[in-house]
Amino acid sequence: MSVKSVDERRLREVALTPDEYRVIVEQLKRAPNEVELGMLGVLWSEHCSYKSSKALLRRLPSTGPAVLQGPGENAGAVSIGEGWAVVFKIESHNHPSAIEPYQGAATGVGGIIRDVIAMGARPIALLDSLRFGPLPESGRHFEGVVAGIGGYGNCMGIPTVGGEIYFEDCYANNPLVNAMCVGLVRTDQLMRARAEGVGNSILLVGADTGRDGIHGASFASVELDENSSERRPAVQVGNPFLEKCLLEACMDLSHTDAVVAIQDLGAAGLTSAVAECAGRVDGAGARIDVGRVPRRERGMTPYDVMLSESQERMLVVVQRGREREVESIFHAWDLTSAVIGEVTDDGQLTVFDSRDQVARLPVRLLTDGAPMRRLVGVAPEPPLDLVVDALPPLADAGATLLRLLASPNLSSRRGVFRRYDHMVGDATVVPPGGDAAMLRVKGTRLGLAMTADCNARYCHLDPHLGAQLAVAEAARNIIATGARPIAVTDCLNLANPDRPEVYWELEETVAGLSYACRAMELPIVSGNVSLYNDSNGESAIYPTPVVGMVGVIDDYAKRVGAGFRADGDFVLLIGSSHNDLGGSEYLKVEHGYVAGRPPSLDLAREQAVNRVVLAAAQSGYLHSAHDCAEGGMLVALAECSLLGSVGVRCPAIRPESPLRLDAAFFGESPSRYVVSVPSRAMPEMQSLARRHHVELSLLGLTGGDTLEFEGQFKLSLGELRQAWEAMLS
Amino acid sequence: MKFGVVVFPGTWSDRDCGWVVDQVLGAELTYLWHRDTDLKGCDCVILPGGFAYGDYLRTGAIARFAPVMEQIGEFADRGGLVWGICNGFQVLCEAGLLPGALIRNASLEFRCEWTNLLVERTDLPFTSQCAERDVIRVPIAHGEGSYFADPATLSRLEQRGQVVFRYCGSDGRVVPGANPNGSLHNIAGIVNARGNVLGMMPHPERCSEAELGGTDGLKLFRSVADNALKVLVS
Repeated sequence: MSVKSVDERRLREVALTPDEYRVIVEQLKRAPNEVELGMLGVLWSEHCSYKSSKALLRRLPSTGPAVLQGPGENAGAVSIGEGWAVVFKIESHNHPSAIEPYQGAATGVGGIIRDVIAMGARPIALLDSLRFGPLPESGRHFEGVVAGIGGYGNCMGIPTVGGEIYFEDCYANNPLVNAMCVGLVRTDQLMRARAEGVGNSILLVGADTGRDGIHGASFASVELDENSSERRPAVQVGNPFLEKCLLEACMDLSHTDAVVAIQDLGAAGLTSAVAECAGRVDGAGARIDVGRVPRRERGMTPYDVMLSESQERMLVVVQRGREREVESIFHAWDLTSAVIGEVTDDGQLTVFDSRDQVARLPVRLLTDGAPMRRLVGVAPEPPLDLVVDALPPLADAGATLLRLLASPNLSSRRGVFRRYDHMVGDATVVPPGGDAAMLRVKGTRLGLAMTADCNARYCHLDPHLGAQLAVAEAARNIIATGARPIAVTDCLNLANPDRPEVYWELEETVAGLSYACRAMELPIVSGNVSLYNDSNGESAIYPTPVVGMVGVIDDYAKRVGAGFRADGDFVLLIGSSHNDLGGSEYLKVEHGYVAGRPPSLDLAREQAVNRVVLAAAQSGYLHSAHDCAEGGMLVALAECSLLGSVGVRCPAIRPESPLRLDAAFFGESPSRYVVSVPSRAMPEMQSLARRHHVELSLLGLTGGDTLEFEGQFKLSLGELRQAWEAMLS
Repeated sequence: MKFGVVVFPGTWSDRDCGWVVDQVLGAELTYLWHRDTDLKGCDCVILPGGFAYGDYLRTGAIARFAPVMEQIGEFADRGGLVWGICNGFQVLCEAGLLPGALIRNASLEFRCEWTNLLVERTDLPFTSQCAERDVIRVPIAHGEGSYFADPATLSRLEQRGQVVFRYCGSDGRVVPGANPNGSLHNIAGIVNARGNVLGMMPHPERCSEAELGGTDGLKLFRSVADNALKVLVS
């Protein structure tokens, strides 16, 4: 059988290369039929097979004493004590959101929620990491995505508590929508999606199957082009009400021990769900009958049913003979369920349409058969050099601060997060707007801090360092609340890896993530890779490795907020400042370019600073703590004032050479926090800093309703707030 | 004292209301399923927030036909305490147990934020623990919470003192800037003429513990717990 016998156009439709087709024919010792070709096409897509990135991803650390489940399942799980496990994952929905922003974002949220449910966990929080082109041109993307996230999450009754939004030219045609879901489960009720037990029944529950989303996974694995809007049928439509019922029914499944496994139907629909479930058990297979799949419309072919990406569906493996027990739980929530097949031990996924066999493929061929792609990375031209000494001196720090606070990437996100229900669940003890959000674990004193972070500009300038900085910043956000980081989920968004400079970015990104996570002893327990984020072979996005992180505090009464709390507190800068203006927001906003090297990062020093902040929080010294990030110390200081509605008065800053004044105010040196402490805690703070060899400088005193550096500038909180909140209100 | 919390498919504040009743207030709690045809001896029925049946049609429009609503209507007629919060308020309006309707927020956006409420009635079983003209801080979370009624209904409500909560500034002044959704007369909550059916858009169950940002909501739960047994159900 030669490649010639299959139409090349047909191969392109299912996104298989002639080489891959040749492998399939070799392995099967026959040509695949239409249904089989479609099934292999979606599972061998980049989105499902990770054929370009798998070899690199193996380098990431994924183990640790508290890890209950690493990558390879629907989501990762980590023990947090008192019998509880936190389950979490981040996933991209970039391509669908580019074409149909509302539904793309909504179904992205829906999909990640189901991943957490499949682990037996109740979802307790959502976060979203978003990137768009500049406003107002990218308003359609921005408005649609924010509305879609709210529309789905609000209806589900799961609070949206955090995330990030950036605006940058490179995302104009390729917005990024990464959704993260965090859930809780008793460790003894953690589920795994393994199709165990020959003869056990496979149930399909939830929504009826329609023609929506066919080839969604393949669509996610090619570049967008001018014909992409014709792919709108590849974007699914969400029904959050149905998912809410599905969620509650799945929670009720814990009342029975008849359930063997739960698996989300996401990309590549039924094909992927069945293959993955069987693929996790050696030698397991499955026999299913598409004729028994409840359908939304007439005339659907077995091909349509196997490839549909209709939302709000789950696969449930149930002990043979106990199907009615499980089905009655779904029926109580008015959900459809149907026994569509059974687990076998022949290692084959066999598909029937009533009596006719329409497909039979080895499970391993589907899940692990895609030939890994050997790509070559070549470092691109280094970015524009930055000669800091050539920059004009800072003219008016106050005016610069106002412009930075009003800039798209630094302005207040309140206008967005008030469109999300961030309180439902009665657990949000640190609301969005500061560093990380925190939720209490009801019935315990435990608090869970969570965040999603990435400064992609740094990654563009140096992907290895940028990835490390993303890990470090996420950790600082967690630590600023008083919690200890415990684990990571990552979403690697990059352009077309067939281009050597993009593949190089991917290699560097993974190496940087791996290096930082190992140094900080943070396992990566789940994640997602989204490639081909470019259009028409150009306008590639910055490499954007979004780091989702979760941390734990033993007693949430000891949590720390970002806003100043009282008058007369000492305001301290913990950590040292350098001339780190490369890739800074200051450079972009005030001088109009993205250049230089990102701030250098010393992970040992980072850890020392973190230890000081954690110890101070634990001892109750901190009235507030805030990470210094984009915009540097002065923007952090302004945010502390604005969040707490408490002013601050500082003596003039006269940095010692070689530190420049603009860098002291707006430089983005990592490993720094702005904290406020009552005066009585000063001796302890000083001795803590000495013990850990960390620089501690007194910036000023809280109080009043202005932010002032004596003789340098003085701004009222009203002026600052007006600038900060104008953009997205 | 027993609270019943109604669960429609799509309801999500049921667990939060249940948490406050059971864990914070320490009162007896039972959940009432939308298909239930008996109220299990509850002294107060809470219709909580959420998107009952998805609210794809009009908020509360399908929930009013749920079997449990027939029982709740009869319970209210007999003087039983019925308390609709957020979606529950919308359902009570659709069911005709309260006048008026909740329409889309003037901003056309969902709003989740803290509001100040002026308490205008403290003689009710729901508010007896509030001080006269108390200002309480309670969060909202809705996309369709703009209270609307025709002029005649509105003036009847005002004349009979059926407006229980109004959005106000932190100083208690009822001003347009304090109105988060465009409600007529800044109305955040109303009661029926008999005083036993309360509907409110803000979420008192989200501010009954200090760690969640405030405890004003607990005043309402405590009021009900104190008074429910005194309420005469005929």
